[in-house]
Amino acid sequence: MHLDHHHDLPAVSADAHRPDGRRRALRIGLGGPVGSGKTATVAALCRALREELSLAVVTNDIYTREDAEFLLREAVLPPERISAVETGACPHTAIRDDISANLEAVEDLEDEVGPLDLVLVESGGDNLTATFSKGLVDAQIFVIDVAGGDDVPRKGGPGVTTADLLIVNKVDLAPYVGSDLARMAADAKAQRGELPVVLQSLRSGDGVRDVADWVRARIAEWTA
Amino acid sequence: MSRATLLVLADGRFPAGGHAHSGGAEAAVRAGRITDAAGLEEFCRGRLHTSGAVAASLAAAAALGVDPGELDLAADARTPSPALRVAARRLGRQLTRAARATWPHPELDALARRFPKGTHQPVVLGLTARAAGLGPLDAAYCSAYEGVSGAATAVVRLLSLDPFDATGVLARLAPEVDVVAQDAVEAGRLAVTDGVDVLPARAAPLLEIGAEAHAALPVRLFAS
Repeated sequence: MHLDHHHDLPAVSADAHRPDGRRRALRIGLGGPVGSGKTATVAALCRALREELSLAVVTNDIYTREDAEFLLREAVLPPERISAVETGACPHTAIRDDISANLEAVEDLEDEVGPLDLVLVESGGDNLTATFSKGLVDAQIFVIDVAGGDDVPRKGGPGVTTADLLIVNKVDLAPYVGSDLARMAADAKAQRGELPVVLQSLRSGDGVRDVADWVRARIAEWTA
Repeated sequence: MSRATLLVLADGRFPAGGHAHSGGAEAAVRAGRITDAAGLEEFCRGRLHTSGAVAASLAAAAALGVDPGELDLAADARTPSPALRVAARRLGRQLTRAARATWPHPELDALARRFPKGTHQPVVLGLTARAAGLGPLDAAYCSAYEGVSGAATAVVRLLSLDPFDATGVLARLAPEVDVVAQDAVEAGRLAVTDGVDVLPARAAPLLEIGAEAHAALPVRLFAS
């Protein structure tokens, strides 16, 4: 088989192919403020998708291995499919400005447990300006929650405005924290135009179903 | 050589993973050995003249064309702590990626093929300097300077140290960095003719011991 020498050892991080010429896994980033439910969403996605897709997760913990350990404890995936990256007090740097440690974690997972269909890269809890580099992920999800204040969609910022999917999480808490869901949805729509928004509760209703469907659609596009 | 190219390589924002490492400063802060700017200065001075001088000589030798495999073994022999060897190879792998994307060069491709999981960072730094059209003194300067600047930046985060004080420390150390870099080039030139055994082998036992203690911490801000 002829191998283009540029693909022999790709130096470009966003290269869509593995060194063996096969298409690499789709990479989806999940970012958002501390406590908004990123890890819980990752766990729910793993449970929803692990029967139909070959999955792995990279976590970016700020100062512990807590998120990776939560996923291990919940046994959402076998331990060899979960990798933790240490971010040196700067979670946004590791997903945006200097993505090398995360790229290595993704590539090592593909080498060791691949072939993979999907790698979820979970950012450490950060602020509203945190976004993923396009050199690291193919699509990104931003997770906020109703208890963080119903003015967050109106305030916008790069995560809320530009993420490929915005999740407004913990909607079951809205009555208890006085958050106006209709207003959050309308503000998000105004900030994001045609980009999708999902309001979810992982404790009731359909749980992660809408987000899992969105991920399935991205996989279908990636493998088309 | 291009002075501007040297600035690109020496820039603390060069995306090669250094932001997640403290150069042993986190372990020293935890142990109470750095509590203020004066302690930072003494820590950096000790680091510069021991592991810093070794790293700078490895970088200079690599820039002069000494075989990277020989230098990898020489670096191992001069790094007793397994945790530090792992960190040095991880950073070397990340620098290889960044360097190949920034200054494509057959020698860097060959290095990536020979060490897919990375060789010691100073060795990669020397080859990166070659690929960028820089010389051994440039490589030695980058290595010696980043050995102290990374620690200073980390201590600003760890102790909430006044950033002007930390930068003042680096400015006061500059004349010593000059000397270390020049000595490193002399050692590198000697290694070209006499082999890698003539490279300096100065050790800082507390850095090595601290690195092992740090690697076992369940909660930490930096990877090393």
